[in-house]
Amino acid sequence: MSILVDGNTKVICQGITGNAGTFHSLGCREYGTQMVGGVTPGKGGQNVEGIPVFDTVEEAVQGTGANASMIFVPPPFTADAILEAIDAGIEVICAITEGVPVVDMVRVYEKVRASDSVLIGPNCPGIITPGSCKIGIMPGYIHQPGKVGVMSRSGTLTYEAVWQTTNLGLGQSTCVGLGGDPIVGTSFIDLLKRYQDDDQTEAILMIGEIGGSAEEEAAAFAKANVTKPVAAFIAGRTAPPGKRMGHAGAIISGGKGTAEEKVAALEDAGIVVAPTPADMGKAVTQAIANG
Amino acid sequence: MKIHEFQAKELFRNAGVPVLEGIVAKTPEEAVAAYEKLGGKVAVVKSQIHAGGRGKGTVADNPDQRGVVVCQSAEEVQQAAAGLIGKTLVTIQTGPEGKTVNQVFVEAGCDIDRELYMGIVLDRAVAKPVLMVSTEGGVEIETVAEETPELIFKEHFDPAVGLEGYQVRKLCKKLGITGSAAKAAFKFMPAVCRFFVDYDCSLAEINPLVITGDGQMIALDAKVTFDSNALYRHKDLLELRDLSEEEPSEVRASESGLSYVKLEGNIGCLVNGAGLAMSTMDIIKYHGGQPANFLDVGGGANTEQVTEAFRILLSDPNCKGVLVNIFGGIARCTTIASALSEASKGVGFNVPLVVGVEGTEVEEGRKMLAESDVDIISASDITDAAKKLVAAVA
Repeated sequence: MSILVDGNTKVICQGITGNAGTFHSLGCREYGTQMVGGVTPGKGGQNVEGIPVFDTVEEAVQGTGANASMIFVPPPFTADAILEAIDAGIEVICAITEGVPVVDMVRVYEKVRASDSVLIGPNCPGIITPGSCKIGIMPGYIHQPGKVGVMSRSGTLTYEAVWQTTNLGLGQSTCVGLGGDPIVGTSFIDLLKRYQDDDQTEAILMIGEIGGSAEEEAAAFAKANVTKPVAAFIAGRTAPPGKRMGHAGAIISGGKGTAEEKVAALEDAGIVVAPTPADMGKAVTQAIANG
Repeated sequence: MKIHEFQAKELFRNAGVPVLEGIVAKTPEEAVAAYEKLGGKVAVVKSQIHAGGRGKGTVADNPDQRGVVVCQSAEEVQQAAAGLIGKTLVTIQTGPEGKTVNQVFVEAGCDIDRELYMGIVLDRAVAKPVLMVSTEGGVEIETVAEETPELIFKEHFDPAVGLEGYQVRKLCKKLGITGSAAKAAFKFMPAVCRFFVDYDCSLAEINPLVITGDGQMIALDAKVTFDSNALYRHKDLLELRDLSEEEPSEVRASESGLSYVKLEGNIGCLVNGAGLAMSTMDIIKYHGGQPANFLDVGGGANTEQVTEAFRILLSDPNCKGVLVNIFGGIARCTTIASALSEASKGVGFNVPLVVGVEGTEVEEGRKMLAESDVDIISASDITDAAKKLVAAVA
């Protein structure tokens, strides 16, 4: 098993005719993902290297039976693209786009939480169940089917963590990039629930960063509800307050959201916290050994 | 994006949020003329910088000169403006280096009965904007939150609907506002909430919000920050940007689509991805070094952008070594490799350079690096890279 996506997942790409959309749709197909279609308004009837293009998500779903979508449309149109995917009944919506206005996401968040769809992102690398289904921009070869559920607010830092667990022979069940924005569709807690219920996942690695309180909330949830070993890493221990570190969400404001607070909350919940990004894989091994 | 108080107040005025009459001045003479124009009674001279805590802040070489001065005469206005314009103001939010005051805002005085606090931010935990008010106006809200959190009252609101009437009633009751001031609140509070949404703010703060003797509600201060992701739909706001308030290298980086934050250390970092960039800073510090910057070249960086990134790093005189840490996803290792050779031709590396690459097109990228004539210290992994560079700059 795995969570959210597997070999049966049928994926479309919203924004498939753009440069990034085309490049990564082909990359996903090459990895083995069932890329069944794409959507670009006004370009229905065309195809991208054999992948049929539709005008609307509704048509794409009717034509292909797609149940997942990867979104590459520009920031001003991303909220609308997500709403269209929800409307068409897409189960897993993965918004890769960076730079979506926060007010747009307030509207989308409410809609998606009230629906049966799961939104990953925006501003995220995507989701991958190694060996079965890759939806997103992550390099496929660093992954290996295995037992660690990896979830993260960062993109490239996730790759580093995945690479370490692959090199340690642990492999991954499903890796999810939650996204670096203040409002994202899926939280650490949502995924902790799914990993806890997933047979393939034997340990969980949570990669957080400064800003907000998602890690503290996840720590409290894990303490009460998760029986599997959990390891974590928090990026931004050296970040000064008030400076936004790239991600719109990564900012320490009013003395809240510091790495120290997060590490303390995680350790209080019995979670093994890696001291440096080089130790993320080792922290998982340690968490498994601790039982 | 941040703007000045006088700019925020102009936007407030247009949005139906009451503010006092005021005029911005770049010289003491202009300040005096502004004072006369405002009626020549009581006026407040306020330094305009992109930082809070101005009232308690002082000028660097003159601890008696505060950042905000209440004046009763033209002489006092002249003196206050001369003491502030062109000087460096240090406040709790500027850091010890302070910020240069280029202009002051001369504002009419008013009859203050009560000072309150009002602020709107996004509450990430519930994914909605939240209006916060407090009876403790005019002081650091962080202090209130720490010491007497029960004096801060919150109401979340739906951006599409705005603040509802019952929410205003609840807040008035808690703040002890009655009579004509309560009537004013029914216009004031929803207007600020609407402003927050209409302008895609990430912060709108009024501290103090005052109630006058005759029951009016007035924004005595205005601190507004906009969501930079939404500026594409507010072209008019771009004119309000004051580049002199920003770090020049950060402005230069943002023009090239790079995310850069200057720091105090001596090890330059060039990384793709914000999380990896932050943790690269962390690991440098863990091994005893000090990062000179945060720099995320982003997902889709091209050769030109990466070359510019190197130029910015190397133009920092504190930078004694550069650590490149790339894990290719969207960004390809080959892009970084060719940018490195370009940059070495164009700007030249006169400091030690440690490079770690992994991910998309890594084999080709490594081959290009090996074949280039750039002098690179190779590292087996990120720990090794950090240790080697810390040793090299020591």
